[in-house]
Amino acid sequence: MLKKKGVITDGLWIRCDACKGLVYKKAMEERLDVCPECNHHFRISARRRIEITLDKGSFEELWADMHPADPIEFKDRISYSERTAQEQKKTGLNEAAVVGLGSIEGKKIVFGVTDSNFIMGSMGSVMGEKIARAAEKAAETGLPLIIISGSGGGARMQEGMFSLMQMAKTNATISRLHDAGGTFISILTDPTMGGVMASYASQGDIIIAEPGALIGFAGPRVIQQTIKKTLPPDFQSAEFLLEHGFLDMIVSRQDMKKELSRIIDYLNGPAVENATEETVN
Amino acid sequence: MKEIPQHLQARSGVNAVSSADRAAYNPRNNADPADAQQDAPLSADLSPYDIVKLARHPLRPMTSDYINLMFDDFMELHGDRRFGDDKAIITGFARLGQNRVMLIGQQKGKNTRERILCNFGMPNPEGYRKALLKMKLAERLKLPIVTLIDTPGANPDIGAEERGQAYAIAENIYQMIGLKTPIVNVVIGEGGSGGALGIGVGDRFAIMEYAYCSVISPEGCAAILWKDASHAPLAAEALKLTAKELLRLEIVDDIIPEPPGAAHTSPREAAATLKKALQRYLKEVTDTPLDILLDKRYGKYRRMGKFFEQQPQQAE
Ligand SMILES: [Zn+2]
Repeated sequence: MLKKKGVITDGLWIRCDACKGLVYKKAMEERLDVCPECNHHFRISARRRIEITLDKGSFEELWADMHPADPIEFKDRISYSERTAQEQKKTGLNEAAVVGLGSIEGKKIVFGVTDSNFIMGSMGSVMGEKIARAAEKAAETGLPLIIISGSGGGARMQEGMFSLMQMAKTNATISRLHDAGGTFISILTDPTMGGVMASYASQGDIIIAEPGALIGFAGPRVIQQTIKKTLPPDFQSAEFLLEHGFLDMIVSRQDMKKELSRIIDYLNGPAVENATEETVN
Repeated sequence: MKEIPQHLQARSGVNAVSSADRAAYNPRNNADPADAQQDAPLSADLSPYDIVKLARHPLRPMTSDYINLMFDDFMELHGDRRFGDDKAIITGFARLGQNRVMLIGQQKGKNTRERILCNFGMPNPEGYRKALLKMKLAERLKLPIVTLIDTPGANPDIGAEERGQAYAIAENIYQMIGLKTPIVNVVIGEGGSGGALGIGVGDRFAIMEYAYCSVISPEGCAAILWKDASHAPLAAEALKLTAKELLRLEIVDDIIPEPPGAAHTSPREAAATLKKALQRYLKEVTDTPLDILLDKRYGKYRRMGKFFEQQPQQAE
């Protein structure tokens, strides 16, 4: 489950690549892949995210069989179809985005997650379409839409301009969701960058990030090469974004489900609660 | 009297550039300057990367040139009312023949001083916010919007991130989808990724013959996928970023022809052709009832993308 470089799996113990400390593997898993020593939030798969966020067995995946075409017959050192086949084998997913219906503490939602392991979690036509359909589903059912993004890649270059246009497509459907009175909670995890951040991910009514997540438009390396200066230590971290007014809150992984449940209560509940027995008395 | 944007008044103009400069900027990188026959028709076998170089040609007409050569009147409107006035995006009222429009155009700058002022056409969040503010004004005044796209990309720096570059671009895309006035977009030079899309959503998406539009720069793509930026020509080919490819893929609606040696060899002729095309698009979009136009605009973006579903079967 922990496959990031720098994490040494050695039986019962693993080394955290953030604090370099040796951590008891089971303790890490119990803390939902967060280092008990330094609170580093490791990147996790879409499947794991579903498991720790939604009520057990509540997830019903939609449009699962959608998979990438090769609209511009892209080829670098390998062809795009070879690359997607490799990524599918590596991740067990058809594409980077997984969407469907689920519940959080019994409350139904439309849920989506992107997996940063699948071609960097970049957005091509499939991700764009799945997010668009999820937004439409939320508009149609009146359920809150929650999408947890993880994308270091932004718009997927292997689908050329089709990928860039997914930014417009996803935003178009989020705007219709808003017109229909729906609410979108956008959760940003490490990393959420580029075309994903410059489209639906930043259009949440409520925007939450995991601690320490890298979030931004241009990648730090590109910025460094352009300005030829050292970047501030916290630059483009969740904490940096909160400080600059771009997030509603930072929520640690262990608290995420509980906090989402509280938010949904605010979305679903009336402004004035019905008189209960205790207020009547 | 036409008002020339203040920061552009000191510019030297396209004709002031020496022939040595022209030779130095030959898009085909000819070793022999005598070969740099800028006025000669371009050969038909230009590679995609040759076209990228033409799109970046320093003498290529830019928004300020089209303001001078094509619009019958222009009144610049400055500022985003929040942070500053980004010179990389020029906004203002403009008259194009009979049409009064709101012009939004990216500007790279025509000489070193201007290029620095305009940040080489790489807008900051305040540029996108200025554009949005003026587009909202156009919506209230029922003025059609014309955007001229010419950017290598949105500015990648610390300040831009601190002020929410991703948020500013996303907000423009989000708002432009539903803006209740016709919008015509033309890529006149570089259509660099999200930085272009931030003023590039609308009812018509046209591109000039030697402009390009891409999800990533060929150099950036080569650096990531070939691990070597010098493979940019291969990346340019793979990305299908030329006008011809984009028309075939139905990403753009129309290609606006350029003079035989490309727009920089005859800015006046390029402007005349662009003007005619814009007038045609403006007629088409203003003749369409607004509710139908908005449905079509939404539908166009909603259908974007190609993928397989169930047994391999192209859905679109
Ligand atoms: Zn640690």
